[in-house]
Amino acid sequence: MSLKLRIWRQADAQDKGSMVTYQLQNVSPDMSFLEMLDVLNERLTLDGEDPVAFDHDCREGICGMCSLVINGIPHGPEKATTTCQLHMRHFTDGQTIDIEPWRAAAFPVVKDLVVDRRAFDKIIQAGGYISAPTGSAPDAHASPVPKADADAAFEAATCIGCGACVAACPNGSGMLFTAAKITHLGLMPQGQPERHTRVIDMINAHDEAGFGGCTNTGECTSVCPKGIPLETIARLNKDYRQALRAAS
Amino acid sequence: MAISGTALVLFLILHMVGNLKIFFGAEAFDHYAHWLREIGAPLLPHSGFLWIQRVGLLVALGLHIWSAAVLTIRARKARPVKYAHRKPVQGSYAARTMRWGGVIVFFFVVYHILDLTTRTFNPVADPAQANAAIVQGFAPGRWYVTAFYVLAVVTLGFHLRHGIWSGLQTLGVSNARRERVLKATAFAVAFVTCAGFLAVPFAVLTGLVK
Repeated sequence: MSLKLRIWRQADAQDKGSMVTYQLQNVSPDMSFLEMLDVLNERLTLDGEDPVAFDHDCREGICGMCSLVINGIPHGPEKATTTCQLHMRHFTDGQTIDIEPWRAAAFPVVKDLVVDRRAFDKIIQAGGYISAPTGSAPDAHASPVPKADADAAFEAATCIGCGACVAACPNGSGMLFTAAKITHLGLMPQGQPERHTRVIDMINAHDEAGFGGCTNTGECTSVCPKGIPLETIARLNKDYRQALRAAS
Repeated sequence: MAISGTALVLFLILHMVGNLKIFFGAEAFDHYAHWLREIGAPLLPHSGFLWIQRVGLLVALGLHIWSAAVLTIRARKARPVKYAHRKPVQGSYAARTMRWGGVIVFFFVVYHILDLTTRTFNPVADPAQANAAIVQGFAPGRWYVTAFYVLAVVTLGFHLRHGIWSGLQTLGVSNARRERVLKATAFAVAFVTCAGFLAVPFAVLTGLVK
């Protein structure tokens, strides 16, 4: 395959940045999207140019490091797929591919396609935890959890915190990420003691980090590589409403 | 957004149902218009209920616009650098046009009040003649009025389709099991409201209402 890549290049956080065009030949359809970028970077390195910086780690779709808005869609055109698990066979020979970083004030660009996602850490630090007594692990089934709740909590817990929801949201909102953690912990008995303070603190941290407000467009869930459902946001809203009532 | 929207939606449904009174004849419609001014009499003065409702609606509308402005400003700030290539994946047309759709509906409401409440733009000045104001207001010669009305009502329909569901989601009423039902309900309410409002000018144009 031969491809025309238009990639966002930005030297550092202060640089203005722009889209730069690269021609790439001999791309195998079996390559992952990141391997394709590796090939480009090898060539750029040999040519003495600065390789394209992009985030990646496990390359098996579970770490949440890879990002990239590919042709306008976070993680590319495949449903429930991270960029590292996206293969070049989903593109056509001679295609033009636009590659941009996540665009959000809360996720400033560090370099090229790498963004700083520490705003998510701030949201988690605000309430995405449970208080548990230390010591040996409790007996299995010491606190019974209905199977349906356990499954729903697990589904929400599969969030890898990649930030695709923010990248896709027309409002730049991080509500799906926040809601995934609220849902995960709110469904478990261990999550109940902090349930009310958690939702208030996490929403405050979310807003302070500069994320936008949710208007329920559903863009987030459709690009989420883990398919976190929009229902989690309704659950967050319900918890928020109940927390406000309990506080007043 | 959701709470002020709820008040506005309830008013819209009552307004739409009230409009359908026109199909019971000119006398029935004029009588309905007269009754609106006498609700609560003699406890309330003439048009007393209407003014309470108007103040309530104005507050709801103000809060609705204020919330929308806050969300829009936050959204702008949250994405200072735009995408060079942006493709909506799922967001319905209704969801994407909430802001500009809302602006269109707002200007229509202003015009609508000047047309049929104050009668500034209406050929029938007598406030007691509600039926005549509708029939002459939507007369074929004033096709541009009807065109704007249709545009505004269809825009309103889209606004309701996303707005009703979104409001239920914001209030935490939705969940995985109810999501489909609530979305279908929002669509049904939007569709019926739209059809109810559009029935009147089309009935005038086809001569069904005289």
